[in-house]
This record gives sequence, C-alpha cells and structure tokens, in this order.
Amino acid sequence: MIAMTHVGYVAAAWLGTFGLIGGYALAVVRRGRKLSRQVPPGERRWS
Amino acid sequence: MTATTQPGAVAGTPQPRSGDTAGAPAGTGSRGTRIVGLLALASIALLVLYGLVISPADVEMDDAVRLMYVHVPSATYLYVGCFVTTLASGLWLWKRTAGWDALAEAGAEVGLVFAVITLGTGSLWGRPTWGTYWTWDARLTSTAVLTALLVGYLALRRLDLDPDARSARAAVLGLLLVPNVVIVNRSVEWWRSLHQDSTLTRIDPTIEGDMLVALMVGFLALGLVFSWLMIHRFRVAWLSQQVDRIDLDEALAERRAEAEAEVAR
Repeated sequence: MIAMTHVGYVAAAWLGTFGLIGGYALAVVRRGRKLSRQVPPGERRWS
Repeated sequence: MTATTQPGAVAGTPQPRSGDTAGAPAGTGSRGTRIVGLLALASIALLVLYGLVISPADVEMDDAVRLMYVHVPSATYLYVGCFVTTLASGLWLWKRTAGWDALAEAGAEVGLVFAVITLGTGSLWGRPTWGTYWTWDARLTSTAVLTALLVGYLALRRLDLDPDARSARAAVLGLLLVPNVVIVNRSVEWWRSLHQDSTLTRIDPTIEGDMLVALMVGFLALGLVFSWLMIHRFRVAWLSQQVDRIDLDEALAERRAEAEAEVAR
C-alpha cells in the first residue's frame, strides 16, 4: 500500500467509481423525494 | 384530486397532493433499503481494506491489479442490469403491467452507471498495462456499443410520446440488450483480443488467495450497491408513472368540467 505502483490510476478508478455511485445515488434519492410529495401515501406501496 | 399550496412554500416546487400525511415516508426509502444501504457501506469499507491494503500486488500487473476489484464486478452488474431490462421488457410486452415497465427502466439506468464505471476503470487499467487508454479491441468496442444502446434506450424513454407507445418501443429495444451482452461476453473467444480471458468462470481460476478474496468482496459490495440502487430507481419510476396518471386524471376532470359548463350555458 505504501509503495504502491500506478497509484494515480488506482486512485482515479476507485474515487471515480464510488464518486459516480454516490452522486447517482444522491440524485435518485432526491428525485424520489420530489416525486413522492406529489403522490398520495397509498400509492407508495413500500410505506 | 387537486394540488394544495402549503404556507411558505417556494414557488415552482411540487406541492403535496390531497391525501398526503405528515407520517408518510418522504421518499423511496424503507426499512429494507436502509438495511441494504448499511450492508453496502460496510462491505465497501471491507473492499477498501481488502482491495487496497491486505491483498498483494500482482507479479505481472503490479498494483494495477487493484483496479480489477471494481472493474470486474462492475462489468458483471452491467450484464445483470441488461438482463433485468430484457426480462422486464419481455414481460411488459406480454402482460402490459406498469411494474415491468418501471423495472425495465430501472435496470437500464443502473446498468448504464455500471457501464460507465466498467469503461472508465478498464481504460485506467489499460494505460499502465497495454500502454493506451483505448484501443478498438473486440471486448472494448462491443462494451462501448452496449453502452450506446443503453443511452439510446433511455433517450427513447424520454421522448414525448403516448406512454404505451413509448413503453412498447422501449421494450422492443430492451429485448436487444441481452443478445449484446452475449456478444460482449464471448467477444474474447470469437475474435482475437487484447483483453484477457475469463478469470473466474474456468476450471482453473487464474486468481487465488487474498486477491480472490478481494475480488469476491468486490462482487459483494457492488452487488449490494446495485440492489440498493435498483430498489430506489424502481420506486422512482413507479412514482413517476403515478404522477403522470394523476396529472392525466386532473386534466380529464378539468376538461369534463369545462364541457359540462358549456352545456349548462
């Protein structure tokens, strides 16, 4: 770990992967909150 | 059903509809998704530990092997997303049930996220290993075509068409995803390719020890992330269908009221 080769590529891949997943997850959750305000609770079958 | 305006609400923001209650969940989350989310976070922490700290460097790839622990599972869940979309598209064409349509949409969008990760991490692995970020190799090219197909599918779903016609066209395109996945998966055998053969799905796997454990933890972590995203994205698609239906009901009620007022005059 300390003397890692190709550290730039490894860091870019891992940060890019979890950055993209985190950003997408946030966008999906925000979109869900926005839409659920427009739908009666009875239509939200998971509630 | 009419929309109500809350005191102090910001203009332009969606307002709660009648029937909304303060105790109802505020979004697409549930107890189940919170459990899956916590398990996903814990397994990501384990993946970081195993993938970046415990597992050793490879004798040929050096530390570039650590990209494999996110690249290989991402490619697998790209395939799973495509499989879900194709299956749900077929079932929608058969049953015409809204839930299958929502599931097909969710599979394609989450699959696209994993396609971008697959291509990105693959390029970053290719530079130190092959000396280039991109080459028109059979595996890379077929993966790019699959990604373009997913983008096209999602673009088709955003066309301003009759909802049934839009779903039908999207479902037909969705059926093409799994055949493309087969082409991507078999491309290293059907054509001469720079890309390495399968690592795990052979009788004598080319990976073992802590590296194999790190890869398995990668499958677990990204599998939980994929599941969490799929559940939330499916619920978003479901909510979107309900909003469209409510809007249509309201428009029809308004039109009916206008027609009745004209008759009464």
